[in-house]
Parts: sequence; C-alpha cells; structure tokens
Amino acid sequence: MTAAPPDTDALLSVRGLGISLHEVPVVNGLTFDVHAREVLAVVGESGAGKSLTARALLGAAPRGARVTGSVRLRRPPGSYDELVGAPAAARTALHGRRTALVPQDALSALSPVHPVGDQLAAAVRSVARVSRTEARARAVAALDRVGIADAARKARAYPHEYSGGMRQRAVIAMATINEPDLLIADEPTTALDPDLQEQVLRVLGEQREAVGAALVLVTHDLGTVRDHADRVLVMYAGRQVEQGPARRVLDRPAAPYTAGLLASLPPGEPGGRGGRRRLPTIPGAPPAFDRLPPGCAFAPRCPLADDRCRREEPRPRTAGDGHEVSCHRPEDVPHPATELFLERSV
Amino acid sequence: MSTPVIPAPRRAADDPLLDVRDLVVRYGPVTAVDRVSFTLEAGETLALNGPSGCGKSSTVSAVLQLRRPDAGEVRFEGRELTALTERELRPLRPRMQPVFQDPYGSLSPRHRIRDAVAEPLRVQGRWDDANGPARVAELLDRVGLDPAHGDRFPHELSGGQCQRAGIARALVSEPRLLVLDEPVSALDPSVRAGVLNLLAGLQEELGLAYLFICHDQAVVRHFADRTIDMRNGRIVRG
Repeated sequence: MTAAPPDTDALLSVRGLGISLHEVPVVNGLTFDVHAREVLAVVGESGAGKSLTARALLGAAPRGARVTGSVRLRRPPGSYDELVGAPAAARTALHGRRTALVPQDALSALSPVHPVGDQLAAAVRSVARVSRTEARARAVAALDRVGIADAARKARAYPHEYSGGMRQRAVIAMATINEPDLLIADEPTTALDPDLQEQVLRVLGEQREAVGAALVLVTHDLGTVRDHADRVLVMYAGRQVEQGPARRVLDRPAAPYTAGLLASLPPGEPGGRGGRRRLPTIPGAPPAFDRLPPGCAFAPRCPLADDRCRREEPRPRTAGDGHEVSCHRPEDVPHPATELFLERSV
Repeated sequence: MSTPVIPAPRRAADDPLLDVRDLVVRYGPVTAVDRVSFTLEAGETLALNGPSGCGKSSTVSAVLQLRRPDAGEVRFEGRELTALTERELRPLRPRMQPVFQDPYGSLSPRHRIRDAVAEPLRVQGRWDDANGPARVAELLDRVGLDPAHGDRFPHELSGGQCQRAGIARALVSEPRLLVLDEPVSALDPSVRAGVLNLLAGLQEELGLAYLFICHDQAVVRHFADRTIDMRNGRIVRG
C-alpha cells in the first residue's frame, strides 16, 4: 500500500508488508502500527497468514519466504531499525533483546535436554554480560514472577517435569526476561487446556505490563480480543480486512467478513432443543493462495458482494476514528449481521 | 439406510437410552470418577462440564466401555454393559460412537477419506461391495462434503472438513449415541458454527443422543439440553 508514511511515534511501523512463500504471494499490503505498551490482536481464520506475519515482524520469516515492504522497529532517539532486507546478523541481534516470541507450543520451544533455569540463564547471558550466578538468580526470579511455586527447585527441573500450564509460564518468563520492547505471541494458549488459557493470558498480560512491552497477539479467538487487546487487525487470505480499536471493531464491525465471524459465535443463550436454532455461518471456504479470485478476496463468500467487489480489490479507507476497513460496501453491513449469514439450508 | 443387524434390544418404552448409575473409575489409589449417575434420552444432548482432571473423560471412557468401570452400572438400550463380556459387547459397540477433538489425529493420514468412513463397516464385517460405496457417498453428502473429498487424504482437507469426515465415520455404524469430546474446540468460529449446525440437524433427523464435552460455555449453552457439572470425580450440579 502506498498509503501513510511510517509513523515515527510508533514502536513498530509496518508498511505494505508482503510475504511470498515459494513464489506464491501469501501476505499482501499489510500496513499497521503498534505503539509502545499497546496490545494489538491479529485475528483471522487458520491459513489467513497470521503466523507468517508474526514471524516476519520478528525478522524470522521461514526458509523459502520473500518479504517485501517495510517493518521498522523504533530505536529510542528518533531512529529505527528496518527489518526487511536487513542482514541475518542484524535481525538476530534484535531478536531476544528488543523483540521476543511467546510460542504456541512451549514443549518444542524449550530444549528437552537442559534444565529450564539453565535455558533462561543462557537467554540472559546472550544479551547481558553478567556472571553465571547472577544469570541464574535472574532466571529463578523470572520463574517466580510468572507464578511458578518453589522456583529455585523448579529451575533445576527439565521441561518434561513441568505441567503444560507451567511450561507456558516458563516460556513467558523466557520471552520477558530481557525486558524486550515488543512481544509477539502466536496463539499462546491454543495448545493449552481451555481452563488454563485465561490464567496464561493473565500472566502474559502481567509480565507485559511489568517490562513495559507492546504485544502483538495472534489469535483466532474473538473472546480473547475483547478481553486482552487495545486494537485489532483482522486478516483474510493474507490481506487486512479491517483494523481499529478492539471494542469498536467487535461492537460495530465495518467489514462483512468480521461481521460474519462475530455472527457465528454462539449468542450465549439456549439455542432451543439441541441447539436447533441454527448459528449463522460464512458460506464456503477461504481461497487457496495460488487461486485467489480477482477483486476482493472475500467476494465469493460475501453476501453483499456486487460486480465491483468481484472486479476491484478494495483499498483501506476510514470507517471512523482510528478504524479502517478494506471493503467497497461497509455502509451496507447490518448490525448485528446475524440474518445476513444465516444458512439457507443445512 | 440398510437394516441394522443388531437384534432389537429388550427395553421398556420409557427406559432412557443411557442410564448410568453410581459409576466408579479408579486409577490405582486415585478415584477419578466417584459414584456418578445420569440418564440420557434419545434425541437429547447432555453436556459434561468441569475443569480438566475432573473426571469427564474417564466418565465417557467408562460409558463407552473403552475402560471398564470399577463399579456401577451402565445401561444402554436396556442392557447392562458392565456385565457383558468383550465378545457380547462387540455387536453393541457400533451403536455408541466417539467423535474426538483433533480432526486430523482421529483419521489415519494414510487412508483416503472414503476408506476411513468405510472402515468401521469393514471391521464389523458388514461391508458389502454392492451397497457400501453408495452408503459412504450418501454419508459424505449428508455431512456436507463433496464426493471428490472422498478421494482425498486428511491432510488435503481443512480442519472443518476433517471433522465432518469424522462425523460421517461415526455415523456409518448407525449409532444411537455419539460421544462428542471437544468436537469443535480446534475449529475457527464460522467453521465451528457449521459443524454445530450439522450435529443439530443430524440429531433432529436421526434422533441421536449426544454426550457432549466442551469447555466453551457459550457453545454449551447453545447446544446442550442439560448440563452436569463435575469436580474431583463427582457431580456437583445437574
């Protein structure tokens, strides 16, 4: 997108981010900012390009990916680090020190052959010149902060001796131990039992506050967005559909896709015998990236799509204060959009 | 539908489909399920609710007789299952089918969808080359899959399509009871809504009973007729 110049106030400024995987364009034209201490949720269905985007923000796109556009991380005195096109060494230097990842799968993020405390201490010593004793002490303190009881003893234990919830706390401790400016959490609770999800999100929120970091939270759970995010970016087929203040977007979505996602949530009231009052759904399935339709990528599934939508890709435009939508017909989206997405037949 | 080969159960008209009484499951010194009782009627959905480790999964394993309970009764279609031998259970097993959370993990990656759906019939010795393929095609259609999906492998389908295939596989044995263990937890919202609508439609049409485990309270409120809450192996409400 040729739109706005980078926001010099923002901690992270993303402009026209594109990512191709093995020559197939996946992510296209993402433009957004994350301010210091802000929580931005990135939502969308599986395969929308959320995780790929998260990795590009860390300068860690996978092998076979080509990243274009600009991802700038502000440095304190008015300058910035550009991650797109930067040499690997420069990107690695930022990762762990200024940015950190809270992974989806804690078990594979931790080494099985080293005690958890040693791994945290190694993370400390990778960025700070401190003694082993000092690094160890910080590791134990970090485990204690995320609510791991008897942290000194637990620091000597291996990941397999931790429960799932404790492992996720340990990776949060690891991600925050060097007090980064930006945390990227990729579905940090999906691998967890739903009972633990809320607990882990709370710990993540506390640690984020404690170290003063901003957070990009990748999730497919709209409930998480409402409870934990300041702003939200909705993605579909690698494109930005809508972005704005979380409450505003959830309460008055401007894009039919967002409205459809929200309409498909159970309303939290009895659905008649056996849930027989049907839930609205978005018809069809997301397109394959090598077979994207012309025009708006969502048009084939959109009940509002007209000829223009099928011909011309919508550009982002304003939908109110800090609220931006990529749609030709946002004013035709009803509230709530339940009727629009009711299945005609099951 | 072909005629069920299972002999008609001896069962009074007003007996519930499933009647669980004082069910106990122990793992060594730990009592995972502690005198749990409930009933489930045909066409009804009962949700088992509670934190992990409260005994929900042990309860459904014992109902399905995948793990024999240590005490208590499980009456299904009027028969007391705990008294039956493995051989006596075999003809009843098709009538209670599980559907699991992980749609990919519950289908073999090396079988085409068509074969995965047909497999229970083959295992039960009920496969018939004349009618089998048509029956599989009919089921795939009923769960909202294209005939072409039958030729694909699980990894070529989306999560929602795989879950639909898993439901078709459960239905091929003509069950009366489906045990739904977090069947929509791994799915995106709109896909989840579609699978819930499908399950509701199937229940209406076939009179299936559902024993439903789900952590999402909004889903439970929408989908279940009744809920029982479990803590530490006991029913605390319901």
